[in-house]
Amino acid sequence: MAEIGSFALLLALALSVYSFLAGIIALVFQNQAFQNQPSSLASTGTPAAFRAAIPSVADASFVATLRRGSERIGETARRAGIATFGAVFLAALILVICAFQDNFSIAYIFHHSNRDLPGPYKFAVLWSGQEGSLLFWSLLLAAYGFVLRLRYKTDPRLFAYASVVLAGVQIFFLLLLDFAARPFGLIEGSLRADGSGLNPLLQYPEMVIHPPMLYLGYVGFTVPFAFALGALIMKYPGEKWIHITRRWTMVTWAFLTCGVFLGAHWAYSVLGWGGYWGWDPVENASLMPWLTGTAFLHSVMMQEKRGMLKMWNMWLVFATFWLAILGTFLTRSGIISSVHAFAQSSIGEWFGWFLLITLAAFCFFFFKNKSHLRSEHKLESLLSRESSFLFNNLLFVILCIVVLLGTWFPKLTELVEEKKVTVSAPFYNREAIPIALLLLILTAVGPLLAWRKTSLESLKRNFMWPTIGAIVVAVFLMITPQSWGSVFGLRPWQDVSYFYSLMAIALSVLVMLTVASEFYRGGRVISKHTAQGMFASMVQLTHRNTRRYGGYIVHFGVVVVIIGFAGAAFNQDKEMEMKNGDKMTIGPYTLICRSSTEDDNANYFSQWALLDVFKDGKPVGTMSPERRFYHASQQTSTMPYIRSTLNDDLYLVFEGVNQDNGRPILKAHLNALVMWIWMGVWIMLIGTVLALVPNAPAQARVPAPARLKRTEAAPVTTGD
Amino acid sequence: MTKSNPKTRPARRRRRGAQILLLCASVFSLLGAGDPASRFNEIGHQMMCICGCNQILLECNHVGCPDSDGMRNELMAAVSRGDSDSLVEQSFVQKYGPTVLAAPTTQGFDRAAYIIPFAALFFGLGLVVLLVRSWKNRPAPAIADGLRPVRGAELEQFRDQARKDTDL
Repeated sequence: MAEIGSFALLLALALSVYSFLAGIIALVFQNQAFQNQPSSLASTGTPAAFRAAIPSVADASFVATLRRGSERIGETARRAGIATFGAVFLAALILVICAFQDNFSIAYIFHHSNRDLPGPYKFAVLWSGQEGSLLFWSLLLAAYGFVLRLRYKTDPRLFAYASVVLAGVQIFFLLLLDFAARPFGLIEGSLRADGSGLNPLLQYPEMVIHPPMLYLGYVGFTVPFAFALGALIMKYPGEKWIHITRRWTMVTWAFLTCGVFLGAHWAYSVLGWGGYWGWDPVENASLMPWLTGTAFLHSVMMQEKRGMLKMWNMWLVFATFWLAILGTFLTRSGIISSVHAFAQSSIGEWFGWFLLITLAAFCFFFFKNKSHLRSEHKLESLLSRESSFLFNNLLFVILCIVVLLGTWFPKLTELVEEKKVTVSAPFYNREAIPIALLLLILTAVGPLLAWRKTSLESLKRNFMWPTIGAIVVAVFLMITPQSWGSVFGLRPWQDVSYFYSLMAIALSVLVMLTVASEFYRGGRVISKHTAQGMFASMVQLTHRNTRRYGGYIVHFGVVVVIIGFAGAAFNQDKEMEMKNGDKMTIGPYTLICRSSTEDDNANYFSQWALLDVFKDGKPVGTMSPERRFYHASQQTSTMPYIRSTLNDDLYLVFEGVNQDNGRPILKAHLNALVMWIWMGVWIMLIGTVLALVPNAPAQARVPAPARLKRTEAAPVTTGD
Repeated sequence: MTKSNPKTRPARRRRRGAQILLLCASVFSLLGAGDPASRFNEIGHQMMCICGCNQILLECNHVGCPDSDGMRNELMAAVSRGDSDSLVEQSFVQKYGPTVLAAPTTQGFDRAAYIIPFAALFFGLGLVVLLVRSWKNRPAPAIADGLRPVRGAELEQFRDQARKDTDL
């Protein structure tokens, strides 16, 4: 089996190299055939070496032959790209089969699986270690390439360029898999009866879906990058490439969002420290491309609608791709210490070189063809949707710089001052929160601004009621008694974290109200002209411009998440050694230890406690936090028990047992508003899915103005 | 009786406003500063546990941690003695090394961590303003013969009409 897997990976490499080289040759000859003069190749980004190799041709029949030949070569390159997917898929399938067959002759399976590992986790072995996750990355890239190459008829030339770029990236990952991090490497020494087992922290249901989601996001950003680079090299006329890649980008962004938050939920549910985000370099690595990707999703609208920010968008899409690779470099090089990085290995150097090569290639084509990226329109006013996107992009990029700086700063101080420093939550809270609050203000104001120009009067008119609403909510939160719990009785003068929380909640309410007012005003127009009810009108409005209103729903989801984050200022925790019958009180909850016991099975030994829970004196259920010791890996893992409500999460951790008296030590966290985070993510995903649905045709019509009476009345349309 | 100069009134009002803001900020920053429990909580969240778990000192949760309990006791003792924040931090840095602080200090090269983001923000803002200005000053695109560009009041009139027609 291992031999077949290795052969499949070598075959995939050969196919990718062919797809890359033949793709380049086909494009060069196509350009020659299209333009029929060598000098014109310079303007199409053709390398000088190819130009020198091609004779000047004038004969039409020769041009036709050249075109046919290049098309045939291009077609073989496309098919080789498709076949690459088959070969990589075969390799991945073999690795999974080997995991299910407990084939411990393969070192990777030996190190990441064992006989008693449950089935779903054996499947997850594919992405549980360095070599397997690189194979998984390569598989996803090949799958994206497969879909892209099947859909080539949308725009054959642009797709051919994108296919070449994808093949280039694929070659890098296959080189790694064939020569540096071989998933089918055989174990040295005698064959063992059982494997070392999967890391206990990874034995959690979400770990079966978190890495695939995250990788779909990371890898997916290669596709818009490939299209952008292709469009740049070929000086693609117009913005059609943006239309083509819009869905790719949104789907990828949704996967990355899902992956980031699944990771946060996994950390919350498994790591047992009561939080969901620790600003660990690996977490930061997933956040950085998300920030630039989100900026790109906004600024790309300016290119689509107004032909502006073309150069900026090129850099944003490149930065997003590059940061995704940088994140992988961080996780695998061991250059920065992280609690959940892969083992240090030499592949960090490979990634370093790949990052440099992609940067050099992008810079080369950018500076060569940047004249093609001039803005087509001028900005008419500072009070416009365009300028709000500019500021929005600036803030997203600054947030990304904060995260990048914080992640690399320990390394920088080591280089500059030869001392080690820690950069953790206090730094990020101090630097990132003010910027994030500014971004929230823009999220509220942006949708109210029209393209080109907005009058101050209309801004005031649309902004007044949401602002009043936000102020009322803020004052209400300040004057309510603190005994109401979580965010009530929020006195901003008591602590700076309360101040930030109040600001975050008030601004979130502002965003919600502006989003609601947008739905209301649009719905009212349709209702007036169609005599439908308001709700039906709002549904119709959403169907008519899914991208705009789907986007608003995403904004709504984002602020729900922000409210969840704001709850962190009110978290409490308490630790206690408890014998049977002991009581612990935290917030409105009282916990009474009923019993503690132990259990053993083939996979792990566990200790757990059973506690009765009362809220304000009324029984609300039982909780049983657990601690496991996995036999195969000889590692311990906590299984916190979480009781979630809209108001707060009661989070119980079985920390261990006092060795002197055998009593369990329990830690209780009362985390405010955490459920809002997970709800917000669902809303964001629903909004994204809605934005991907094609628009329904407009039905409502407004009466034509007097001077247009003889012509057909214009349908109601709405811009993004 | 002397009358104040109307020209200096706005300036004086602005100055008074700034003074009130400064006063509010000082009051905000001083409130709750003396409470030992809140100081323990605040300083404890500015430090790391040094056992290698990569956790904030007051969030380190693993049983049998060789360091966090001792560090917390030291911190509580220092706060109870009334040591200033900087003195507590210095003594911890001396004992455990600079990695005990959860964020870079505001001295030496560490300052760069705080300056760079805001420098980038202001640089970016400047760039955006320059960009907006250059875009605004760009000549309008050429219009085909026979067509008259719509500008100023007439353009506003059309925009108002569009707004009324769509209620948006």
